[in-house]
Amino acid sequence: MTGLRIPEATAGARILAFGDYRPARIVTNDELSRTVDTNDEWIRTRVGIQERRIAGDDEGIVELGVHAGGKALANSGLDPSDIDLVILATCSAESPMPGHAPQVAHRLGIDAPGAFDLNAACAGFCYALGTAGAAVRAGSARNVLVIGSEKMSQWIDWTDRSTSIIFADGAGAAVVTGSDTAGIGPVVWGSAGEDYDKIIIDDRHSFIRQEGQAVFRWATTAIAPVALEACERAGITPDDLAAIVPHQANLRIINAIARKVKAANAVVADDIVHSGNTSGASIPLALSRMIERGDVPSGAPALLVGFGAGLSYAAQVIQIP
Amino acid sequence: MAVATEQQILDGLAEIIDEIVGIDKSEVTPDKNFIDDLDIDSLSMVEIAVAAQDRFGVEIPDDELRNLKSVQDVINFVQKLQS
Repeated sequence: MTGLRIPEATAGARILAFGDYRPARIVTNDELSRTVDTNDEWIRTRVGIQERRIAGDDEGIVELGVHAGGKALANSGLDPSDIDLVILATCSAESPMPGHAPQVAHRLGIDAPGAFDLNAACAGFCYALGTAGAAVRAGSARNVLVIGSEKMSQWIDWTDRSTSIIFADGAGAAVVTGSDTAGIGPVVWGSAGEDYDKIIIDDRHSFIRQEGQAVFRWATTAIAPVALEACERAGITPDDLAAIVPHQANLRIINAIARKVKAANAVVADDIVHSGNTSGASIPLALSRMIERGDVPSGAPALLVGFGAGLSYAAQVIQIP
Repeated sequence: MAVATEQQILDGLAEIIDEIVGIDKSEVTPDKNFIDDLDIDSLSMVEIAVAAQDRFGVEIPDDELRNLKSVQDVINFVQKLQS
């Protein structure tokens, strides 16, 4: 025997559509300043956030994911029956078991797809997108629903002004399919496990805590080179980019990364201003808004770069659907 | 890397501060305190430290950064490590 049958591969993968879901409740900086010692100006200058969305008690990872996934599916023009793999990126689930992707798939009427959760924290969407693209190209799936769904609010100490002003809830999704050309560039991913305790929830009774200054230094130095490598591996230069979509961690980190990537013609995502830091949901949330507003033309290359707890990071260039 | 003179470090630092926080180079003099006089916050100080590391070839860790309160402090620190 010379080996098993090689599956039928596809040359490339591309994104058909995005979808997003922002919970209805808006929490302003002024509202936060009533319960913690902070103020609007301090929050705006430190992290760039004006307001954020917080999910209702009845909205968990599954509900948020269903809303965003359903919208992406509708925007893609595919039927639920066309989807054969669902990947849900989350790091803020209320429970580790069962995974949430099977329930989301079921609720969307997707019949018995491969379905699993993926945890790469704030880099989760880029990891999931890289995995989805690889699955399509390798013939393991035809069409993949990729979702980032986060309810950070349930892991926040609302009396801690270093985290409560930053994190928020939301979900974003994309539908990935096969194509003759590459609409999803090679993923550049990596990790720094030695710094596992820089952003952490210690146990089930704890809240998120992070070493803000250390994370800021890491994000403003280590991430731009990853982003540049993703451009190089996709065969483009930064000047070709129509958009830079970093994880919406902190507006100053976003701007520092953009400054170092030096993409002369790119719009830089700033969804954090109105959505806060939604971890693995922030990139598809930001992209959805940019597409809706007409900031980026269809077919144009956009750089995605996620980074956060792990520490984990990942970047790839995509073509706007 | 050759040891920079006090003036070279000052000029380099002023360029970095101009680029990162948009403060005019003429404002950056040795007697200025970053927080009180130049209104530069701790996150911007991290960015300035990283840029200064690249420029002057010395490492400025977060622990040290806390002690560098004035422009003169940075000049002294860089000179000490370069020599």
